[in-house]
Amino acid sequence: MSKVMTKTKRVPLTGAEAVAEAMRQIKPDVVAAYPITPQTPIVEIFSKFAADGIVDTEVVTPESEHSAISIVTAASASGVRAMSASASQGLALMVEVLPATSGLRLPVVMAIANRALSAPINIHCDHSDMMAVRDLGWIEIFSENAQEAYENMFLAVKLSEHPDVLLPSMVGLDGFIISHGVEVVEIFDDEVMHNFVGDRKPHLSLFDFENPITVGPLQLTDYYFETKRQEQEAMKKALKVYLEVGKELTKITGKDYPYFEKYYLDDAEVAIVVMSSTAGTAKDAVDELRKEGKKVGLLKPKLYRPFPYDEIREALKNLKAIGVLDRAYSFGANAPLYTDIRNALYELDKRIPIQSYIFGLGGRDIFKHQIKDVFNELLLGKITKEEKCIGLRE
Amino acid sequence: MEVKTIRDLAQLQTEQGLKFVAGHRMCAGCGISSILRTVLSASKKKVVVVNATGCLEVVSTIYPFTAWNTPWLHVTFVNAGSAAAGVETAYRALKKKGILKEEVDIVAFGGDGGTYDIGIQAISGAFERGHNFLYVCYDNEGYMNTGHQRSGATPFGASSTTQPAGKVSFGKKEWRKDLVKIIAGHNIPYVAQSNVYNTMDMFKKAQKAFEIEGPKFLNVLMPCTTNWGFPENLTMKISRLATETNFWPLFEIERGVLTVNVKPKERKNIEEFLKLQGRFKHLFTEENKKYIEEMQKKIDEDFENLLKLEKVTHEEGVRI
Amino acid sequence: MNKVNKVKTGAGWKELPIGGTLPAASALDYKTGAWRSFVPKFDPNQCTHCMICVHYCPVMAIPTKIDENGVKGWKDKIYKGVIRLETNLDYCTGCGVCAEECPTGAIKMERETWEVKL
Repeated sequence: MSKVMTKTKRVPLTGAEAVAEAMRQIKPDVVAAYPITPQTPIVEIFSKFAADGIVDTEVVTPESEHSAISIVTAASASGVRAMSASASQGLALMVEVLPATSGLRLPVVMAIANRALSAPINIHCDHSDMMAVRDLGWIEIFSENAQEAYENMFLAVKLSEHPDVLLPSMVGLDGFIISHGVEVVEIFDDEVMHNFVGDRKPHLSLFDFENPITVGPLQLTDYYFETKRQEQEAMKKALKVYLEVGKELTKITGKDYPYFEKYYLDDAEVAIVVMSSTAGTAKDAVDELRKEGKKVGLLKPKLYRPFPYDEIREALKNLKAIGVLDRAYSFGANAPLYTDIRNALYELDKRIPIQSYIFGLGGRDIFKHQIKDVFNELLLGKITKEEKCIGLRE
Repeated sequence: MEVKTIRDLAQLQTEQGLKFVAGHRMCAGCGISSILRTVLSASKKKVVVVNATGCLEVVSTIYPFTAWNTPWLHVTFVNAGSAAAGVETAYRALKKKGILKEEVDIVAFGGDGGTYDIGIQAISGAFERGHNFLYVCYDNEGYMNTGHQRSGATPFGASSTTQPAGKVSFGKKEWRKDLVKIIAGHNIPYVAQSNVYNTMDMFKKAQKAFEIEGPKFLNVLMPCTTNWGFPENLTMKISRLATETNFWPLFEIERGVLTVNVKPKERKNIEEFLKLQGRFKHLFTEENKKYIEEMQKKIDEDFENLLKLEKVTHEEGVRI
Repeated sequence: MNKVNKVKTGAGWKELPIGGTLPAASALDYKTGAWRSFVPKFDPNQCTHCMICVHYCPVMAIPTKIDENGVKGWKDKIYKGVIRLETNLDYCTGCGVCAEECPTGAIKMERETWEVKL
């Protein structure tokens, strides 16, 4: 693999630039994306690649996100690789078509610069956009930093296009925090990365005139259920295929791609569960508390849909207390990630106290000392049934 | 072979085979098959059809029966225009890479619901971007698949379930949208209005459209026996009356130049068209007949206007 | 590259093609002829093979063929080239558009009765 390493470069990039780089190496045939803060740089950079002939992609400038997702869905049904990107209200506008894309089993991949949903209108980071669409049959992967966002794009394409899966996926990166923050990103060799995803081998195409097909018929009460069961089965297979695809990527990058990252978790007494950029801050908090001799740990989910219940339960089963930090409400119910973690732990003989926290909505910053406070609360056993908010002014 | 008459067209279709077959669940007497077989046989290439949700999509693809003998895609109600743009973009991508060898025509079908109302944004965007495809609207003047709710294409005075005629209402108070003019404003090479009874008119317009690069639009009137309220054997008769009364003029706009294709020597009164339909029955009372007069006046004004536009675009260099 | 099999009625989720995709023209198995109450009676001796009924039929139930020898029709003339054949009663829904539009009255609608064995 030394041949690979020499062609690797380490460059300062924003998360958006890293995603655009990934798209450049993936070489989609069609890209249609409508600009929305904070995803706009992804669209702009990729359009410049196309204008300079750096990519051969047909870039379409749709007049809304609904048209953007319709264009890539139709292009995918025509047998080409199609990608898009959006955020917040854009993703919300796409919602009419999202279950159609997954229902028709088309492997579209989208980057989502996670941003709060209106109202009130807010352009900053939270997870309410991807949480709102978590039940629509799309694979969801959350990224901690620009490097992960870059690598997750390749995982998503190979996972989606796998013949056992054939489901669309979205890769989330925190809006502004990651999308606009500059980090040093390791970009691997163009040819190696493209060969990792390869060219799409479509399972169907509207342009096969020898075997013309009808895509998207009306299914009534007698067949709809079966088609949806097939989708759920594909999600189950995606759990397995995700690890297989990760192992292939490890051969290039040298890193591992598990369902979630464990940080000082194996011998921890208490731990927090948190996704994306906040996990980075939390790792610093863990380091400091460990120096003080406190046995704390972190679990950072990456693959959110399909959700790896069994593996999460295995990882968390020996803890004395867990705090789950959600960057989105599920109004009128328990927070999304908290709900999934709690469900995962149901089968355990002994109930572990879990505290639900809401933080960071609308881009409200979360600081290391606040996370340390959370750990200290957990260590003191201060766990309640009520949702707690971090950094909220009462 | 050159197609000059409907006999020529029937011969062409016998040789080509049909891209839309029987076994669909259209209401008895519906004109959509006539539109489809005519328009699709005008293409000299392979055809991919994109369909918005509506009467056509629903009745032609009730799983596991599909009446389509050519590749067909349906996504949702809103996006016939953008899905067709997606297929067209994929076509260009595949052609560029040399993967696809065939020449393909892309046709999008939408009802007046998916074209005038919910789908208009997608069509407008696709047309502005200049995608090469033909959009055919089968205009049955209402959301017929779901039982006759009113749309932007429903005519003045019609009674629909969401804007019914009653003790204090005479039905639709508003005039229908002039969609052809809206589409013509997109700087596209060809927009035309046709009618299902006139097979050769539809064919010639579709043929012309397929020979042009860029976005094209064809608006075809399709009387709906179930919801307009007439016996199923009168579909073509009512369609013909629509043009003979100037309710639905046949014209085309080629690069801004308007030509009226059918000019009745003496146009029939609008009552002859209205009296055969259940959705206008309520207008034939003492207090409501003034609406028929209003309708007649507007139809005559609009047709005069159309003739004037024809004159100025042909003779004085004015462009629509 | 499309390998979409025809659907076996009542197949389970493991057998059905994914995503609801169908192979072309499977509707030919659905015989809409069962709907009708009226049936068109065609008299070839009155037919000019003008093709109006062929184009107007909502279920494309009037088949055509190219006959170079020609057939006898209206006023005993011979009609060559494309000619219409007997209505395909598998699909004819008895709407009556053909009878209404036929210029020579070669098609007449008659009430159809069905015998049902109980």
